[in-house]
Amino acid sequence: MGEEVEDMDQVVIANRLSDGLVVFLAAAPGSLQGEWKLRLEQASVASDDARAQELLALGVAAARQEQKVIEPYLIEVERTAEGLRPTLYRERIRCQGPTVRTDLGKQAEAREV
Amino acid sequence: MALLESRTDGPALVEDRFVRLADDAALPAEGAVLVSLVRFEKERAALLARKAPLGVWLASNQTPAAISNELDRLALVALDFPVFSDGRAFSSARLLRERYGYKGELRAIGDVLCEQLPFMLRSGFDTFEMKSPKALEEFRAVVGEVRVVYQPTGDGRATAIDRRLGRR
Amino acid sequence: MYHYDEYDHALVQDRVAQFRRQVERRLAGELTEDQFRPLRLMNGLYLQLHAYMLRIAIPYGTLDARQMRKLAYIARRYDKGYGHFTTRHNMQFNWPKLEETPDILAELASVEMHAIQTSGNCIRNVTSDQYAGAAEGEIEDPRIWCEIIRQWSTLHPEFSFLPRKFKIAVTGSEADRAAVKVHDIGLIMRRDGAGQAGFEVIVGGGLGRTPFIGKTIRPFLPKEDLLSYLEAILRVYNQLGRRDNKFKARIKVTVHETGAEEFTRLVEAEWLQIKDSALKLPKQEVDRIARHFEPPAFRVLSKTAPATEARIARDRDFAAWVRHNVAAHKVSGYAIANISLKPIGKPPGDATAEQMDVVADLADAFSFGEIRVTHAQNLVLPHVERDRLPELYDRLAAAGLAASNIGLISDIIACPGLDYCSLANARSIPIAERITERFADRDRLELIGEMQIKSSGCINACGHHHVGHIGILGVDRKGEEHYQVQIGGSASEDAALGRILGRGFSADEVVDVVEKIVDTYLAHRNAGETFIETYRRIGQDPFKERVYGAA
Repeated sequence: MGEEVEDMDQVVIANRLSDGLVVFLAAAPGSLQGEWKLRLEQASVASDDARAQELLALGVAAARQEQKVIEPYLIEVERTAEGLRPTLYRERIRCQGPTVRTDLGKQAEAREV
Repeated sequence: MALLESRTDGPALVEDRFVRLADDAALPAEGAVLVSLVRFEKERAALLARKAPLGVWLASNQTPAAISNELDRLALVALDFPVFSDGRAFSSARLLRERYGYKGELRAIGDVLCEQLPFMLRSGFDTFEMKSPKALEEFRAVVGEVRVVYQPTGDGRATAIDRRLGRR
Repeated sequence: MYHYDEYDHALVQDRVAQFRRQVERRLAGELTEDQFRPLRLMNGLYLQLHAYMLRIAIPYGTLDARQMRKLAYIARRYDKGYGHFTTRHNMQFNWPKLEETPDILAELASVEMHAIQTSGNCIRNVTSDQYAGAAEGEIEDPRIWCEIIRQWSTLHPEFSFLPRKFKIAVTGSEADRAAVKVHDIGLIMRRDGAGQAGFEVIVGGGLGRTPFIGKTIRPFLPKEDLLSYLEAILRVYNQLGRRDNKFKARIKVTVHETGAEEFTRLVEAEWLQIKDSALKLPKQEVDRIARHFEPPAFRVLSKTAPATEARIARDRDFAAWVRHNVAAHKVSGYAIANISLKPIGKPPGDATAEQMDVVADLADAFSFGEIRVTHAQNLVLPHVERDRLPELYDRLAAAGLAASNIGLISDIIACPGLDYCSLANARSIPIAERITERFADRDRLELIGEMQIKSSGCINACGHHHVGHIGILGVDRKGEEHYQVQIGGSASEDAALGRILGRGFSADEVVDVVEKIVDTYLAHRNAGETFIETYRRIGQDPFKERVYGAA
């Protein structure tokens, strides 16, 4: 406690309007164009808060203008040997699928790839 | 802001002849005014002495019992929806029409959601303050979209039971 | 069961068309999410953790084989091959696409089903006794009155924007299988001194953040006055219910803060004004609806069921199934067969499309095409010839639907929790799965006897944890799933709220804790005593000591 907290890695997460599936924002730094991707690995990762806010602003603006995604927000992720992993268990479940049906959701699609 | 009136031949955009007075605004010598319940109770005599039409608006936490003895002196009662989800005014509207026999203009003001219009009509409202520039189109799109009603209300529409029993 | 007439059909079809237009406007960007959210919720369409979720009403828990097949079809065609039966006579699909929901609703409308008012601050799907029309000792089939309430509450112009959601439950018999005392309004059919049937009216029960057992505000209401009395209650609530705080907006808080006596006075005063209005039910209409609930063409059967008795004598598993899953029917030679949706280690209440089809076929073959859904997330075939139970059992077993645990410790009620629900703080299903695995042994199940475990993933209590004999509530504690345990609740006619045992537990600990509670009961019980009876006799302390160690 009391130590300098390092900026966490963050990505922008949302639901796609047409089918509700969880999507992640990918956008090059400084770009005004973003793309919504279905896999966490494809997300742009912000490693400082300024970049995170830039990504979020882009996501929110895109959600408003294009009306293709719902409620974008930032989640914290950590880099592991298996790839990106949300730090909160709620977001981990959101990014993988129901833990009681591992044959469904992103966890199942990842295995198929 | 558009004022929409539901008439027997359909909806129409109408001129709002009432000026909504703030509680501390000077009372104009002439012209129809719409005042809050607080102001009405405080300045009742002066307001009724004017020769112009008078309206009172009720906040969603004010019940129409407060004006039930004054209704024949009022040309307008407006009921406020502070947010569309605050549905108290639906009950107030029905009480005004069905219990207290109010026959004048009954207006929905505030956050009036277009999808609520059918419910408002059934509850007794006949004018609507609408924010949307396409209010007339919206009204036509949603009103009458569902052809059957189950509940008897003061609007007198034949319910499913009425139709089943061949009553109307 | 009830069948739509032209007016009912027209309403549901118009509603589908209306929603189709709303979805088109949303997909075209003409409506923002803020504008669209209330509209989609009015049709039971939620946005959950992984996708949309569509909640479909199964009014008062009754459906026929044709409707069940349609649910199976929807599961296959529009979802991922399964559905979830909830604690409120609803079916939830977890993966529908927004652009396809109007088509799903059109499919439902074609079999007289809908998703109207399965969400939002309105009068929700009315619930009832799953044994209605089949149970012994029923005053009347409560579904007649449920259907009358369903129609009256559908798109009610005055009560579609209430302070909060509103749930009504009706039972026609003394045995309360509909948890009427923990509903916003609970109706129990009663007879007055003159033998006339009517309702005891209970108001202000509920679970959630502040659980209450409902209070009787009228011991007897004549049947024809049902709708005017409901309208009076709803009107008082609509005007008086709190709108400043979502957690205090349910009618239970209104009744509590106003006082039951004063609340009753207000309702009675309002009722006097509208009692003789157009809401008074015409006899022809009640009779018309009642005709839909006339009993099926039961055969005259012998009291004895030799095939069933013989199989019981030689097949221990079948005997267990009959003992736990089969209930007495009012007609001689018939039985009520429960189909448990609680197999060991699987999510409570889930059914695959294939299982739904099997249940539909079995309903046709054994139960006049009728199926019921229970608030405990199981299914029922209400009218089965007692001597055909072996045949039914074999076909259920072949489809993985013969778990013999109705009312036992593995018959757990669980909400979807954080595996699906965006409101949840913790997972609920995995806890239930692990408890069923721990208590998988048949002898042990039998030894423990009647036991209700109920598990919710958040304070909203969709898993009814307050009224479980053992209730489990998932919370988030510093970023970890954590579980509070309470004991002593009941959802039956002796309704009671459980009391929290003490500090909570990690997901790893909670199954052990349940086991310790069960062991304490087994150590203390007198012969023939159920868990809840033992608990009421010895109180919480012995359980606490066992779980936390001596103080």
